[in-house]
Amino acid sequence: MNSKRRYLESVTPHAPFEIANEGDETISLVVVGRPGIFVRLLHDWAAIVGLAIVFLLVTLALSAPLLAPHDPAAQHLAERLKAPSLTFPLGTDNLGRCLLSRLLFGARLSLGFVGVASLLVLLVGVFVGAVSGYAGGFLDAVIMRVVDLVLAFPLLLLALAITGFVGAGIGSVLVGIVSVWWASYARIVRGLVLSLRERPFIEAARAGGVTPIRIITRHVIPNVIPPIVVLASLEMGSLLLAISGLNFLGLGVQPPTAEWGAMLNDGRPFLRSAPQLMIYPGLAISLAVMGFNLLGDGLRDALDPRLR
Amino acid sequence: MKRYVLIRLLSLIPLWLGISMLAFLLSNLAPGDPATVIAHRLSDAPPSEEQIATIRREYHLDDALPVRYARWLGSAARGDLGISYRTKEPVLKELATHFPATLQIACAALVIALAIALPLGVFAAVRRGSWIDHAARAGALLGASLPSYWLAYLLILLFALALGWLPVAGRDGPGALILPALTLGLGTAATLARLTRSSLLEVLGEDFVRTARSKGLSETAVLCRHSLKPALLPVLTVTGIAFGHLLGGAVIVEAIYAWPGVGNLLINSIYDRDYPMIQGFVLFMGTVFTLISAAVDLSYAWIDPRIRYAKKRPIGR
Repeated sequence: MNSKRRYLESVTPHAPFEIANEGDETISLVVVGRPGIFVRLLHDWAAIVGLAIVFLLVTLALSAPLLAPHDPAAQHLAERLKAPSLTFPLGTDNLGRCLLSRLLFGARLSLGFVGVASLLVLLVGVFVGAVSGYAGGFLDAVIMRVVDLVLAFPLLLLALAITGFVGAGIGSVLVGIVSVWWASYARIVRGLVLSLRERPFIEAARAGGVTPIRIITRHVIPNVIPPIVVLASLEMGSLLLAISGLNFLGLGVQPPTAEWGAMLNDGRPFLRSAPQLMIYPGLAISLAVMGFNLLGDGLRDALDPRLR
Repeated sequence: MKRYVLIRLLSLIPLWLGISMLAFLLSNLAPGDPATVIAHRLSDAPPSEEQIATIRREYHLDDALPVRYARWLGSAARGDLGISYRTKEPVLKELATHFPATLQIACAALVIALAIALPLGVFAAVRRGSWIDHAARAGALLGASLPSYWLAYLLILLFALALGWLPVAGRDGPGALILPALTLGLGTAATLARLTRSSLLEVLGEDFVRTARSKGLSETAVLCRHSLKPALLPVLTVTGIAFGHLLGGAVIVEAIYAWPGVGNLLINSIYDRDYPMIQGFVLFMGTVFTLISAAVDLSYAWIDPRIRYAKKRPIGR
């Protein structure tokens, strides 16, 4: 949360012109992709831990069908709420389903939703922000007022209300999340675009008769992408918390689908008798969020050491 | 200052109109024909075609969208947000009855967050690099990574089920407030502690601190008399913002602890597809959040004269 705010303050300024006037410092943010970043990233142990956690979880998720000892939905009714054993390494839930298999397959959904949501948020945010910044004038004013409006609410709250109107289901969870999360990206992209617009190479392109569309797609957006990808990595933790939270409330995936938030919800009635049903999925979510946060912080520091 | 206050307050009007528009448009996202939905919700027996037609006429559902918005806004401005499908009570009345409980939990969480964050952040900055600093950093990372909807159950497991010190849920007695407030406050404590640390570190590197040290003041005096005040300024702003987030974050926590606040009301309304209630909630909480952020801006301008006298773009955006 805090790291995001610091990052936001560094790239989105109260007045976008501040970036434009900062000249060289902007370059450190905008022109990235040099090998230095990765070297710096690898010198930051916290970032390495984050990277390792994310890499591990993604690998586990991808290889879930190979690793999982059972079908995550298969019910072994004679083996309900069993303690860990050789057949069920983490025990079973109230329907006799293998907890380890559900966690592994849950990783696919939980992390997959975060990936999809990040991608959608990026697409919408970059497009709207680039149009707003490059077009300027009335369109820009309208878009920025809409952004102000969305950001006037705590993000999760508005996402919750939108999901509530659309109706339960993972699709409406994604609709709710994306239609709220794009706003801060749009504002940042707009700030970056405003500063880029005045830079000599864009002016040169304009003077050379390149069309606005081509300037946006070939010159503006490629320069906006790197800092925005960092922002996206900072946001993945909070996206996972939000999506799993909505699933926990039963508004997203429906039983018997294995997803970490939904598994937490399924375990609620057994908190007293079988707390492990809630402990494992919670641990998984926390670990993933921690990995995303560490990695995001590290990326931000590597890109812009001033913020450390 | 007067001019600043006036401009900031006037800027609330378009924002509030925007929020009302958002709340109105959201209700149009609901699937199904609205007249049929209302007819089903108002009577237990399946409604006839005639009843549906009557409702369509009564609610003016065939009018153009802007007309319906204007009519809805008119009654909303008079405090009429419609009738809840679920409880058959006026929406505004329900929100007003439940809001104090939410306010209570958010205030308690803020107190807990500040009580943890300020000493921890200050100590971590003063003893930079010590084990306390590292522990505070690890704690902050943990606080930011644990989902509140999991932390809640860990706390229940420990304090309510294993130790039996506090009730599992509900709002009976003062003890019932502790667990929800703790659940809500710990995440915010992490954010505020990190901010306090970095803000104080920045101030401790300033020239005036070096001057204070070089004139022979003790470290305590340097800290208490010269450094804390400027360092806590950004913390104060973020505290205001954090309060808004606590009100929002209270939703899931309230649902877990069966705490009778607006968050719990929202979740139950979502489960029951109580659209007027969700719509009323968006408008009501939107109003609350804009008022809070305006109050934060104004208090900040009151404390920090640099903002008050800034000519360009007086609104903190």
